[in-house]
Amino acid sequence: MMLQDAVKIALNTIRTQKLKSFFSLLGVLIGVTFLIAVVSIVQGMNVYMEDKFANKLVGLNTFQLRRMPNFNSGNVTEDQWRAWQRRPRINYAEASYIESHLKTPAIFSRFCSERMSLIWDGKTAKDIDVWTADAPMFAIKNFDIEAGRTFTPQEARAGLAVAVVGWEVAEKLFKGADPLGKSVTIQGLPYRVVGRIAKQGTIFGISLDKFVVVPFDAPVHRAACSAGFMDEFHIQARNITSMQSALGEVEEMMRIQRRLKPAQEDNFAMQTAEGALEGWKKISRFLMLALPLLVGISVVVGGIVIMNIMLMAVAERTVEIGIRKALGAKRRDILAQFVVESATISTVGAGIGIATGIGLAFLIRALTPLPAAVAPWSVAAGVILGVSVGLFFGIYPASRAAKLDPITALRAE
Amino acid sequence: MSDLVIQIRDLTRSYVMGAETVNALRGVSLEIRRNEYVAIMGPSGSGKSTLMNLIGCLDTPSTGEYWLNGQEVSRMPDDALARVRNREIGFVFQTFNLLPRASALQNVELPLVYAGVGARERRERSRAALTRVGLGDRMGHRPNELSGGQRQRVAIARALVNDPAILLADEPTGNLDSTTSEEIMRVFESLHAQGQTIIMVTHEPDIAAHAARVIVLRDGRVASDTSSQRNAAA
Repeated sequence: MMLQDAVKIALNTIRTQKLKSFFSLLGVLIGVTFLIAVVSIVQGMNVYMEDKFANKLVGLNTFQLRRMPNFNSGNVTEDQWRAWQRRPRINYAEASYIESHLKTPAIFSRFCSERMSLIWDGKTAKDIDVWTADAPMFAIKNFDIEAGRTFTPQEARAGLAVAVVGWEVAEKLFKGADPLGKSVTIQGLPYRVVGRIAKQGTIFGISLDKFVVVPFDAPVHRAACSAGFMDEFHIQARNITSMQSALGEVEEMMRIQRRLKPAQEDNFAMQTAEGALEGWKKISRFLMLALPLLVGISVVVGGIVIMNIMLMAVAERTVEIGIRKALGAKRRDILAQFVVESATISTVGAGIGIATGIGLAFLIRALTPLPAAVAPWSVAAGVILGVSVGLFFGIYPASRAAKLDPITALRAE
Repeated sequence: MSDLVIQIRDLTRSYVMGAETVNALRGVSLEIRRNEYVAIMGPSGSGKSTLMNLIGCLDTPSTGEYWLNGQEVSRMPDDALARVRNREIGFVFQTFNLLPRASALQNVELPLVYAGVGARERRERSRAALTRVGLGDRMGHRPNELSGGQRQRVAIARALVNDPAILLADEPTGNLDSTTSEEIMRVFESLHAQGQTIIMVTHEPDIAAHAARVIVLRDGRVASDTSSQRNAAA
């Protein structure tokens, strides 16, 4: 018998017994839905974390030299935390030594940050992150200056009171008025606004636009950092490979400057985007390992249900099998008919599962900031899963049908 | 002896039922020629169903030989028997045994599906067979939309579609009223007139009277084998 005839018989059975068929393919449907949806969420999350989290918060090809890591994966013990707190901060001498001796081409910026209040025209904006940074910071962070300019190296060197404001600060404090050229008061001193940074959006609901950047040596520096020290020293290389060699160089220079013995651990940290992602990577690895197990369980349950349904179908259609055998169906014809039927049922289940999975992914994309995208391989895996579950769990019922004796089968009622 | 369609020698068939062995056939020998119209009769338990299953290649004998259309089928394995059933035998059952969810045309196509005939040729030959039994206008109907007589005619069309050596009918009128029974008998007679070999199992003497030759079984043996001149001439 030809394949298309067997498929036609199977589709006909599904059509005529809609409810029963629906329940029988539910297991495969749920398994495949799960597969598609979880893969698309995890991959969306990957993109989100890399794009937004790591590259916005740390920067592409960038690392930050710090007293201690700022993104911690896993639990940090009390003792570890205290040891970190005892470490010396990064000082100017160390930073300028690195800047003048690093062989790998790179750009640098010192950085401190503190929450402060901004005042303009009698209005106050509280809890604004005030960054004190060197001019290259704008390039390192890849900020889009939508109005005005960044501060010049001269302004930075002189520590003039100029400011570049984040989108939300511009919007909230100046209420639609053009902030350029306006004077905003920070820590009792007026700063002239010279530029505005385009909107960056949020990450996990936290605004990325509630900040203002002033030259590192601006007067406010005293309130943001202790004298001679900085929170972070940002180093951006040209690409990922040169960043790797810069990391090695910086570590060595720091160890030499701090006179660390070979047995001693680094008493500083170098935070990369990669490092910031470590926590997420652990979660995503776990999800991807757990996924086959979860999908496997529902698919096996679904397969057993299909096997059950097929055994019932064989029992119900014993006379039909007898008729087919009397008319010349060989064992393999009957076997093929029932195996194809169960494969068709489970493939239809997988098909609906793929549709709901894709639907779910689009829903997540529409309703959350996650760029959930359906992975083509997960769709292919869903189809293969559907076909093979049906084939595998269809074999036993089908072989029972194929072995039926035609006389007994014809007599069955 | 190419004229012989069926050649049966000392056929026996015994079943083991629990601790007992039942000898359903105790040595049957008979020959049936091309274009014969034979009725097999006998009371229940006479072995006529067993003989009919053996002739129809649904079962294999315990001992003895059975030659059908020049090939010995008594020692054939399952799949070879399936092939013989498909090519050489056209079944007509008491309960019609049509597939309920398939149309008349699809039912008639079934033996051709297993013969590996392509879809277009299948449809053409099935249409022709249905037209031959007078159901050219009912091809799209399902069995439950047809009367008993029409259903049996669909079954006859299905039996004939692959040009079998024998048409094997098991109580073909058992589920039909007498008017419809006569109608089916007329179909058989016209097929016989066109050259078809027909073997019919029945327990009704007036149905058996349509056949040219009547074989009566009793206790697993042939009790009588008579040819009537009137029908043989027809």
